[in-house]
Amino acid sequence: MGNPNVGKSVVFSRLTGANVIASNYPGTTVDFSKGKMRINGEKVEIIDAPGTYSLDPTNKAEEVAAKMFEDADVIINVVDATNLERNLYLTLQLLEKDKPVIIALNLWDETKHLGIHIDEKKLEKILGVPVVPTVAITGEGIKTLVSRVKEARSPEYIKPTSDEARWIEIGSIVKKVEQFEHRHHTIVDRIADATIKPFTGIPIAAVIILFSFWVVRLIGENLITYIFDPIFYSWYKPAIMKFSTLLGSGVLHDILIGQLINGDIDFMQSMGLLTTGLYVPIGAVLPYIIAFYFTLSILEDSGYLPRLATLVDNVFHKLGMHGHGIVPVFLGLGCNVPGALATRTLETRKQRFISATLLAIAIPCMAQTAMVFGALGTYGMRYILMVFFTLGVLYIIMGLILNRFVKGESPEIFLEIPPYHRPSMKAVAKKTWMRVRWFLREAIPFLFLGVFVVNVLYAAGVLQWLGNVFSPVTETVFGLPGGASIALIMGFLRKDLAVGILLPLGMNPLQLVIAVTMLTIYFPCVATFAVLIKELGLRDMIKSTMIMIATAITVGGILKIILLGV
Amino acid sequence: MEKKILPLTQLPVNVRAKIIAIEGGHGFQRKLHVMGIREGQTIKIVSRQPFRGPVTITISGYQMTLGRGMAQKILVEVI
Repeated sequence: MGNPNVGKSVVFSRLTGANVIASNYPGTTVDFSKGKMRINGEKVEIIDAPGTYSLDPTNKAEEVAAKMFEDADVIINVVDATNLERNLYLTLQLLEKDKPVIIALNLWDETKHLGIHIDEKKLEKILGVPVVPTVAITGEGIKTLVSRVKEARSPEYIKPTSDEARWIEIGSIVKKVEQFEHRHHTIVDRIADATIKPFTGIPIAAVIILFSFWVVRLIGENLITYIFDPIFYSWYKPAIMKFSTLLGSGVLHDILIGQLINGDIDFMQSMGLLTTGLYVPIGAVLPYIIAFYFTLSILEDSGYLPRLATLVDNVFHKLGMHGHGIVPVFLGLGCNVPGALATRTLETRKQRFISATLLAIAIPCMAQTAMVFGALGTYGMRYILMVFFTLGVLYIIMGLILNRFVKGESPEIFLEIPPYHRPSMKAVAKKTWMRVRWFLREAIPFLFLGVFVVNVLYAAGVLQWLGNVFSPVTETVFGLPGGASIALIMGFLRKDLAVGILLPLGMNPLQLVIAVTMLTIYFPCVATFAVLIKELGLRDMIKSTMIMIATAITVGGILKIILLGV
Repeated sequence: MEKKILPLTQLPVNVRAKIIAIEGGHGFQRKLHVMGIREGQTIKIVSRQPFRGPVTITISGYQMTLGRGMAQKILVEVI
């Protein structure tokens, strides 16, 4: 346990060898992770708790931490050595309880750069529990930490006390063990300040964001051109064509290979398990997922996000959240599921409800972005920008509306700004890989299921029937052919598959804009849906879903009037 | 010399000040206290966002962003 952003997750990874996501901003760990390790031949379970400043929780993640504390046998308290005074508050609270504690004095290397000297032996004597300096990121001190876990104890003399008394105690401890060297304002400090002052910070933010998207595109395109497309087109396609001939026509061919377009396999439109079902997630979405999470990991580890949160706080406050609401947005651009989990760092129900609903409505995940590009790419950037512009405007408008009508408090921002760090490439690569693996595990089953269900329903004639039933509605209200309603149904399973249904309908680009915009808005995918039910509760999720559907219908209708002029 | 007490929101950027009092409810005071923002601490404003946006402060060696309404309740004295 420990304060937010002190490196608990890194210590945890070092101890257990388990992989957990760590970043340079408070609130990366919103749930607990479990791992096993051996200490002196004994098998123990280690739990990585979310960060908290005290045992009296102020948000959901801190509640998790406080609950974890109750269940633990031994507490490893990770302390940020560069911030000893503030961290000791939680430490004292922990020591007051009847649980054995050992302290990892983490970020030990940073103290030297900052001119802070801590006498850890003296600290150990004063607190009466083992204190081990660690540099979790390099692994320094972790062995000592493990070997001394058995010495963890609950000191007798520290008794529960008041807030005031704790701070007096901390003051006297810090005076005894810590010394500061005077330090001049360095160039790094000056750059750090420039990124958070509005006059310089906002232009810098714009440049950083645009540059990041450019990097994502660059990496994604190169991965496709040089790795994924060669694999799929020069190697996989001939093989699968042979397989297609071998199968002949029939139900099995329809499900595995799908429909041949002009006698050839079209990876986007054939809709077979082994063609579209495999190509869309791996050949089209995965390269951008890799590119996106790689870039995001660098941004996260550098410590830039809390500064961005400060700069955008004003806007987000008007939408009923505060600056930290930008974090779910960024994570959600990759996949909405981690985005939905990140809403936990917001303090109130109102904030979480707005953040989650807006995320599901207006933040396209990579699969949705791939759908937008897949459907409109051939017609040019103009149409793609129309979709994203609509979504951006929608985020703001819906936020303003929800802020007015959702009951509850929306407290102001209260966020620690960590110092900048140079991201370690090893850590970034590891984190990217973990998220990519997670995407594969979550997304691929649903894709296969989606393709499978569509094929079965198609063979049974259900989809055609639905298309006919809904066609009066889709035609009059949204100006779309009846077949588009099939894509809307399909979109519930996987949005990226819906392109395969939309393309053969022969719509004009403006109709496609309406269709993909509605597809993005009306419903999150099943995986996100499941997480949102857990996060918001069933009642709020039903409300949220109704808002999504109402928004999709309204926006579809409005777009039809604006774009098609009827 | 008479010293002026002012809310944190009116403290100029990069001027060191001492926290004299924190107004507001018990819960709010607690929230600040556990972060080490309390009476007697030295505080400095790093940046201030426009249109009543949040302020970023430096206190006991680290930085923190807090909303304008919260900053209004922190009374300081220039040192």
